[in-house]
Amino acid sequence: MIWITGLLVVVMLLAALAVIFFNNHVAAVAAASVVSLALSVLFLLLKAPDVAMTEAAVGAGLSSLILALALRRLGLTQTGAASATDEREKNR
Amino acid sequence: MSMVFDLQWILYTGAIGLIAIGLVGIIWSRHLFRIILSLAIAEAGANLMLVIAGYRLHGHAPIMVAGVWPEQMVDPVPQAMVLTAIVIGVGIQALALSLAIRVKEAYHSLDIDEIRAAMQADIDAQAGVTGDLSQEEPSGREVIGPTVAAEEGRS
Amino acid sequence: MRNLTSPLFAAGLAFFLLVVVAEFEPGAAPMVVGQAILQEAPETTGTANIVTAVVLGYRGIDTLGEIAILFTASLVAGLVLERRGGKRQAQAPAGNVLRISTQLLFPLMLVIGFYIILHGHLTPGGGFQGGVILAAAFFLPLLARPGIQVRHFGLAVTEGLAGSAFIVIGLIALFQGGAFLQPLFGTGSPGQLLSAGSLPILYLVLGLKVGAELAGLLAHLVYEGSET
Repeated sequence: MIWITGLLVVVMLLAALAVIFFNNHVAAVAAASVVSLALSVLFLLLKAPDVAMTEAAVGAGLSSLILALALRRLGLTQTGAASATDEREKNR
Repeated sequence: MSMVFDLQWILYTGAIGLIAIGLVGIIWSRHLFRIILSLAIAEAGANLMLVIAGYRLHGHAPIMVAGVWPEQMVDPVPQAMVLTAIVIGVGIQALALSLAIRVKEAYHSLDIDEIRAAMQADIDAQAGVTGDLSQEEPSGREVIGPTVAAEEGRS
Repeated sequence: MRNLTSPLFAAGLAFFLLVVVAEFEPGAAPMVVGQAILQEAPETTGTANIVTAVVLGYRGIDTLGEIAILFTASLVAGLVLERRGGKRQAQAPAGNVLRISTQLLFPLMLVIGFYIILHGHLTPGGGFQGGVILAAAFFLPLLARPGIQVRHFGLAVTEGLAGSAFIVIGLIALFQGGAFLQPLFGTGSPGQLLSAGSLPILYLVLGLKVGAELAGLLAHLVYEGSET
């Protein structure tokens, strides 16, 4: 129990840091989804199966879908190294 | 006992870490989309904190099955609150994203400094003010503040 | 300047929160209200899943406020994104795998969504989770056939009827001499599908409303400017 909890917390915090520091927006959305997934397993370990189901369905599923659709509408979907440099130049 | 203690601290570290990382993202990011993502992270941390608050050691899930008594279950009230909070969170996120889409259409940028400058220019243009009438002059100059108006009114 | 202050602020807040948390005795929080609800919920509401009893019975007005917030968010998002005469984004047609698996998955997701909603008072799950699955099921055809017309009117009618039904059930309980949103129709025998009185009906209505709102939201996001 304690090892899997620790592992999940580490994965969750690393993914949360990745959300902030990744240059690529699609990668950031994927990292946010990883945060939600780890969080839903944590909820299950904390004996909250209802919350775990909601987090898995809403946070990891629907929220990522909404973010991905918004990325397309915002025109930020280019993946790969080229888009990262573009983004950096645009932000400069 | 120390093992048990460690488990709680790992969980608290996770929840507080998520809140802190989300707040850093909200303040630090200059990109609107990244700010919205950070908001979701901070909210996830707050939800985890609430569920931890209702957790009891060696508790059971609050569902009636044979052989489990109500005294052994974890607190159902924070779980119900988090249940609604998660769904509200996704609604707020979608609202923020749709506003961001409109901002992008209006100003062709998602950098908050550029958007702020463009908005300020728009507001100034609508109010008929030119940019150099700002009260915040560079250092060394007297600020045209309300004191001048007050003295004129008194005399 | 901002680069330095924000991590400092967050570190200070995290330290403050850790200090506050250290005051608690780990894992043995007092739960006065929670214990009382755990003791009496199976007898008074007849649900096996006590979280459902809290969501719909003890804190039903909270849930009403929650769907009001979700409705407002979905309404404003639709208002902001909708532009008359907008041109649809040109989309590449979907591949074979997506189209065929959509036909396969759509009925399955409907069944699973309604199963989760209708068993919300017995097992983990309920209106929120099932509603999200329903919204995802109705979003699949939009992915598979990009040119498809979204019937926003139908979604709005479903949403409005479901929301009114939630309030009407609450009002019926009020006029029968109880409190607003008090569970009706007795408790039944806990553990059976047809038990817990009006709570499964409330959860079904809630699931339909959440599903319709989120599906409308997704449909607004997927098209450049959707006609009403």
